[in-house]
Amino acid sequence: MLEQAEARLEPGSMVPAPYSLIAKRRDTADTWTLELQPRAGRRLAFVPGQFTMISAFGAGEVPISISGDPDGDGPLVHTVRAVGLATNAICRARPGEVLGVRGPFGSGWPGADIEGADVLVIAGGIGLAPLRPAILALLARRERYGRLLLLYGGRSPEQLMFAAELEQWRARGLQVAVTVDSAGPEWLGHVGVVPQLVRRAGFDAAAAVALLCGPEVMMRFTVAALAQAGVGSERIYASMERNMQCGIGHCGHCQLGPTLLCRDGPVYRWSELERWLAIREL
Amino acid sequence: MRTLEQLIAASPVFAGLREEHLAVIAGCAVNEHFSAGEQLFREGDPANRFFLIREGAVALGVDAPGRGELVVETLHQGEVVGWSWLFEPYRWQFDGRATETTHAVAFDGACLRGKCEAEHELGYELMRRFAASMTERLQATRLQLLDVYGHARTG
Repeated sequence: MLEQAEARLEPGSMVPAPYSLIAKRRDTADTWTLELQPRAGRRLAFVPGQFTMISAFGAGEVPISISGDPDGDGPLVHTVRAVGLATNAICRARPGEVLGVRGPFGSGWPGADIEGADVLVIAGGIGLAPLRPAILALLARRERYGRLLLLYGGRSPEQLMFAAELEQWRARGLQVAVTVDSAGPEWLGHVGVVPQLVRRAGFDAAAAVALLCGPEVMMRFTVAALAQAGVGSERIYASMERNMQCGIGHCGHCQLGPTLLCRDGPVYRWSELERWLAIREL
Repeated sequence: MRTLEQLIAASPVFAGLREEHLAVIAGCAVNEHFSAGEQLFREGDPANRFFLIREGAVALGVDAPGRGELVVETLHQGEVVGWSWLFEPYRWQFDGRATETTHAVAFDGACLRGKCEAEHELGYELMRRFAASMTERLQATRLQLLDVYGHARTG
């Protein structure tokens, strides 16, 4: 029965494949980056922006964006914040333990279709993780794009993701502006919110494309700042988060208006979503 | 070398002001330089001045016993630092510290208040522009208060 259902879908979409945890790194107090290797065969291929369903056997299964490099055949990398039963179990896993992986699922960030544009990568909190593969892909093809800017906001300096990598990205041609909600005197960077970074960033609004991921409230205010700067909603792409349960568009938990985020998203043009996001009941 | 009037006219908050108003404002202004870490003003001090940042950055903060300075906002090139000179009791509500080498235009608030009293059209223009800046920063502060990064979906 399961085999028949599986045969009608993409391979690996319903049955978790066993992956061994080969390395883990603590990014912040409650966030870990995990490197996974398939127990058999090759690592799944993915495009930046896609996610997988990761299971800690006996605890549960959750959708997690892929945060690793899409090029090459290194391990499958995910960045996970421990906030519930399943994510705590995933973050507690030790090297050598086995986790389940289904996918990859969903749509990806634009890449070849935005060549020549100024690209604003705008992230809030752990929203930088789903954007990391896009940043790595943009930097690997740096000469094909105009200005590349990362505008990144976090709660405090201690809770910034991939802090060491930000400097490496700067050296490779990404302009990086970081802001935090609050900080002590040792922090010499910006204190404020992401929309303020948009107002201060210099870019060609007519040629700019924005890739956006973070808390939905932050994204709404950021889109307003982008609109004020002259970036239309059809040139803003956002990765959305809703209650994804199955990853394959069957259960309907992640429905937003006429779309299922796990199947049609999570990356959309803002112009496709804004009508539905304005309806509070959805 | 640009004159004070030209520097002031080029800033977003004063852009588009009439020439005679710019001349009056420039008459209350001087150039100043602050080293990284230098204090521009301290909470509770008389607020006789405000600043337009030409280059550099200024952190606004409060001193919390046992925690040191807590920075609530940083301001950058083209932004105005200080509203306390506008309203009684004319005392700074926060500390202001240069986080890097900072060049600013410093304005004599008492001088400018006097000019605004004498010419209400100038006063209206300044109030309108400061109100827009205050609104933008109030909205940013409200967004900070939401602590949007602290509330993750559980799973």
